[in-house]
Amino acid sequence: MNEYSFVGKPVPRPDAPDKVAGRALYIHDLKRPGMLYGKIKYSEHAHAKILNIDTSKAERLPGVRAVITAYNTPEVRFGFIRDNIALKKEKVRQFRDEVAAVAAIDPEIAEEALELIKVEYEELPGVFDPEEALKEGAPLIHETDPQGRPKKDNWVPVSWKFNAGDVEEAKKKAKYIAEDYLETPPILHASLGTSGCIAEFDLQGNLIIYTKTQIPFLAQNDFNRALASMGLKGKNTRVIVPTLGGSFGSGLDTHGYEYIAILLAYKTGRPVKIVLDREEESKTLSPRQSTRTKILQGCDENGRLLFREVRMLLDNGAYTSWGATTPSVMMLPISSIYRVPNVFYEARHVYTNNTYCQAMRGYGNPQAAWAIETNLDHLAEEANIDPLDMRLINKNIPDDISPMGLRITTCGMEECLKAVAQKLNWKEKRGKGRNKARGVGIACLFHVGGSGRVYRSDGTGVILKIDDFGYATVVTGAIEMGQGLVAALTVATAEALGVTPDRVMVVTGDTATCPWDVGTHASRGAFTACNAVIMAAQKAREKIFQLAAEHFLNRVNFKLSQMKKKDPNFQIPDLGINRPLEPEDFELKENVLYLRSQPQNKYLRMGLDELIREAHFKEQGTMIITEAFYDPCNQMLDKDTCIGNLSATYIFGAQGAEVEVDLETGHVKILKYVAAHDVGKVLNRHSILGQIYGGAVQGLGFALSEEYKRDKGRMLNPNFLDYKILSANDLSFPIEVELVETMDKEGPFGAKGVGEPGLVAVAPAIANAVYDATGIRINSLPLSPEKIALSVRRLKKE
Amino acid sequence: MKRVVHFTLNGFEVEQEIESHKMLLDLLREKFELTGTKEGCGQGECGACTVLVDGLAVNACLFPALEVEGRSVTTVEGLIGEGGRLHPIQEAFVEAGAVQCGFCMPGMVMSAKALLDETPNPTEEEIRRGISGNLCRCTGYVQIVDAIKLASQKLKGDGRG
Repeated sequence: MNEYSFVGKPVPRPDAPDKVAGRALYIHDLKRPGMLYGKIKYSEHAHAKILNIDTSKAERLPGVRAVITAYNTPEVRFGFIRDNIALKKEKVRQFRDEVAAVAAIDPEIAEEALELIKVEYEELPGVFDPEEALKEGAPLIHETDPQGRPKKDNWVPVSWKFNAGDVEEAKKKAKYIAEDYLETPPILHASLGTSGCIAEFDLQGNLIIYTKTQIPFLAQNDFNRALASMGLKGKNTRVIVPTLGGSFGSGLDTHGYEYIAILLAYKTGRPVKIVLDREEESKTLSPRQSTRTKILQGCDENGRLLFREVRMLLDNGAYTSWGATTPSVMMLPISSIYRVPNVFYEARHVYTNNTYCQAMRGYGNPQAAWAIETNLDHLAEEANIDPLDMRLINKNIPDDISPMGLRITTCGMEECLKAVAQKLNWKEKRGKGRNKARGVGIACLFHVGGSGRVYRSDGTGVILKIDDFGYATVVTGAIEMGQGLVAALTVATAEALGVTPDRVMVVTGDTATCPWDVGTHASRGAFTACNAVIMAAQKAREKIFQLAAEHFLNRVNFKLSQMKKKDPNFQIPDLGINRPLEPEDFELKENVLYLRSQPQNKYLRMGLDELIREAHFKEQGTMIITEAFYDPCNQMLDKDTCIGNLSATYIFGAQGAEVEVDLETGHVKILKYVAAHDVGKVLNRHSILGQIYGGAVQGLGFALSEEYKRDKGRMLNPNFLDYKILSANDLSFPIEVELVETMDKEGPFGAKGVGEPGLVAVAPAIANAVYDATGIRINSLPLSPEKIALSVRRLKKE
Repeated sequence: MKRVVHFTLNGFEVEQEIESHKMLLDLLREKFELTGTKEGCGQGECGACTVLVDGLAVNACLFPALEVEGRSVTTVEGLIGEGGRLHPIQEAFVEAGAVQCGFCMPGMVMSAKALLDETPNPTEEEIRRGISGNLCRCTGYVQIVDAIKLASQKLKGDGRG
């Protein structure tokens, strides 16, 4: 194994000092000269006709600079299938629908103006349950599709199907079959920093937008289309991304508020800022899709899986985001976690009058893992096999190809399972604590680890430039949203180029200056950007060594003659170099250039900065700037069969918990939580642990406490008091992490993507532990005290 | 209605006119451009706006601006030493890898300061309780708790606090 100078070492995050000092600038902290404040008026009904919008009073309020509705602005269509419009016309389909907006000189006046806008509605019957929405005679959410063709039902025209082998035949052969119906609720991203943007136009009609996004370049494309709709075809957008206060997938789509800020900025000719408050963020930013899943898995008498059949219904809400593609990622574990030859999977989205949904960390995988991993425990019980053994019997293995065509390179699933079992003392504890309502549970995860090609390009570009002082600037379109991209990229650049991390500066977040990147999703940021920077660093080293061959010895001789001038007693040493130097003769490490043949010769060592200046400050001088565009060796799924190697490598892991359940209150107390992850290779230990701890705790919220409450499409708990994300006080138990290094050849220095997997397996691990503790299986998340206490009482009656 | 409020802000005597319904958070962010103090919820539930008033941690989003009259307010900016030197608590957060998106960090650091001023050697449980009003969506709190333990160690040898 290579000896690295910085990879895997606890190098502090370069962005941390500004953040702890309060100096990092989030969208909330930005101001532009002459800036106005925008506010949005949302629908008062889940489903209604708009009869009239009276904005006259609002327009007369002093300090108001513009009031816009669909009736005085061009129609701006957006969304994954362009079924959404920025300002609603004729009809509202969800409570958060935008019907009007105001720009004013301060936020209070804008708020006051909203109150003065009067909208008359004619309420329509709504539908809030995806199965109800499919029934004959259910109210139609959209009367026409985005192309204007009449619609007859509430199906979203995006569906996913995968079929391998023959599930029906396998069912006949299976000795044991388990069938379950499992649900997950909508989940808020709940980033601490809410969403917002500032839009402004230059005098040529080009848009500049500062916005909270994970996809600056796809957003540029979306906004350019919006400009075309506004009569500004051919004009360009510059997207600038401030520090992100968390995002977790909420920035994977462009949003109504961004288009509204653009319309207001164009109308007023001034910068317009819209920042959502917490209530707005909770109500109007799309949550993770809720799912209803029917799953069957079957095995032979030895526990070997024979088939898996999954049918999933997703509540799309009123419009369609990129979240409609999450089943393509769910398909990975559904087709390929554990070795299973026969698989059927079908996922369909249904329009309802609920809030529309989008992807969240895990991109569907938490919902898929919840179904697979709880049902697998059920199957293990049917077959009378220990759930740990069940997983070991069917484990994924390295150098395998799954039925979906996923090429598994490295695979640490077995090591992860064994690590979790050992840390939980599995054999001692499992199945033995039910009298004390104590139990252990385990679940595995399978996720993309080498990006995921859900878009035609899966690339990331970087520019690497070295300045006269030996500092390397890395410019990339990838986005830091807190996950540690800058830290990973700093370490990778330092290692690959041969400089120290303090000589690396990372610049991100501006479409005008940064090379293209598809977006920071799919746990791909560090994987693709670090691979790109390794390529760019390689090119830079070639140039540096070429320059060294030309200039190094001249500089050395010059310095020796200077020394002789200063000190006549100085004896110029014989350097023993009797041939012209070649690029291959040089090495660069930790900012110092030296000869491979004489690494310790102090006269033959030179700072990188010195060489750069030698090559630069002369007639016909030169500088070092390189670029690279890394597009992983993965594939789009075939649109008919869904076969394709979506990711360049895959990540595996196992998580487990020991819990104690209070049978009176139904409260689940976690005694210990364990996460073992195949990470390929640790790039930055702090960051990777932070991703796994943070993911696990988000997963614990998904499992136990986070409940999106709504009544007929209206969100009832849009605040942190009632929508309970976990606090430090809720976590008075150890979280133990084991990092398994499998050194994947596709990964930068062997690393795989790690951003999402931490939360994927949490909910089923907890549910399986609760079952081991109590014999109760709750089929819908969260595993709230009410549900558990109710089930305990029901069980006692039986 | 506007009124003038006089108070000590990060060690300096200041006065500022402000509308009487505004909160301390508005006063800090809008009038003094101290944007280090963040608004995460505006309802006193997330702690991102935590500052110290006479040494006690308060949610600036719920604390009426006029009530700082004659009192001493410390914000995250007030912890920074000469030449941008981080406070030992801030250093500890950096070294322990406690930072991700960073939005909760100023509030978290100020809660840690209030805790360590009162309890220089906190137990893990006291640390968890001390930051229970500060929500973080990124970190899972593990490295934040580590950071506060480390800060406690650092402050023993530092004499700042």
